[in-house]
Amino acid sequence: MGCTASDVVAAIKAVADVVAEHKVELTQLDRAIGDADHGENLNRGFTAVLAALDGATPETPSAVLKTVATTLISKVGGAAGPLYGTAFLRAATATAKSDELDAAAVVAALTAALEGVVARGKAEPGDKTMVDALEPAVRASSAAADDGGDVAAVLRAAADAAASGAEATIPLVARKGRASYLGERSAGHLDPGARSSSLLLRALADVAAR
Amino acid sequence: MTVGLVIVSHSAKLAEGVAELAGQMAPDVAVRAAGGANGGLGTDFEAVTAAIEAAQSGAGVVVLFDLGSAQMVADMAAESVDGDVRVVDAPLVEGAVAAAVAAQGGGDVSAVAAAAEGGSPEPVAAEDTTTIEVVLTNEIGLHARPAATLARELTGVDATVTVRFGAASADARSVLGLLGLGARGGDTVSVSASGPAAQEALDRVRALAERNFDE
Ligand SMILES: [Mg+2]
Repeated sequence: MGCTASDVVAAIKAVADVVAEHKVELTQLDRAIGDADHGENLNRGFTAVLAALDGATPETPSAVLKTVATTLISKVGGAAGPLYGTAFLRAATATAKSDELDAAAVVAALTAALEGVVARGKAEPGDKTMVDALEPAVRASSAAADDGGDVAAVLRAAADAAASGAEATIPLVARKGRASYLGERSAGHLDPGARSSSLLLRALADVAAR
Repeated sequence: MTVGLVIVSHSAKLAEGVAELAGQMAPDVAVRAAGGANGGLGTDFEAVTAAIEAAQSGAGVVVLFDLGSAQMVADMAAESVDGDVRVVDAPLVEGAVAAAVAAQGGGDVSAVAAAAEGGSPEPVAAEDTTTIEVVLTNEIGLHARPAATLARELTGVDATVTVRFGAASADARSVLGLLGLGARGGDTVSVSASGPAAQEALDRVRALAERNFDE
């Protein structure tokens, strides 16, 4: 059984709730090594996403993802808007032909999202960015799908790997983004982008598990 | 119809200040500022997109940015609009001034982008070169405004012109290159020119220096 457009809308609403719950935490993480706006920015973006989805549900999962993308791009300042916007846009493109998303389509969407983030932000694994959460998440989701996992299993694997990947950013010295100006002083802090990526994937996994 | 410029900064004041400074060198160039987001610091996709559209006359737009995410927002905005839009990784202030001068001189979008990045548009030829010595009698030497004035003075003159100061040399049309020489008031620079209008180029440089770069 795959995810319909309304399933995807429900998942995005869950993401928006999680972003709102963790707004202060994300901004505090960004205060330590950045410009103290990550939680506010993402929350503003997903609040606007909720408003955009409130009127009418787009007809396909891809169309939902595209609405999320364009809203985040136009409403979220800083790096989070372009990066998450590009991620959702690429995911929308990767799923353009599907009326329902199965496990393989979810893996394809996550893979495309990661590729988009890398292309936009030019970050590599180990740079202390959201790539450090997303890259292991994509690998784990792909492995879960290869083992015959369903959408819930694929997203659970992605969320678990993203959580470990985000934790693993703590000792790293940032090489991208505002934190890179801190050099060695960026070590010892959880990267806010990796944390938010991990939270987003956990929210998706929790919805899929229901 | 000249190439337009957009200055993207996290700070509205910084974007406006850079646009003001660059615009002073280039009265006919559309220089637009896109700074800040939501009334504070940040970069705003819609504001950047609107600035690019406002700066676009059909000749193309060159976009300069300050930090990190400003580049991503600029890239996305450039991808979302029609027309030739180049986002250049250049020093914001000097790059904007150099780009404005190049645009004012009628440079195409590639030349304006190269000027922002500090590139010299054509290689320096060695043969058939005439050289003069020029004393900088103005107080600040080849600082930003005089350097821009010099680069503008050579607009449309068919000659390759090189300015040397000590061991360093620069294309006389490259504001960044001229600034990099560090030549101050009282210093003597040598100016070499080659090409069909070499003599005219040297005459113009000499006259401009004698006028204290119109300061
Ligand atoms: Mg931030």
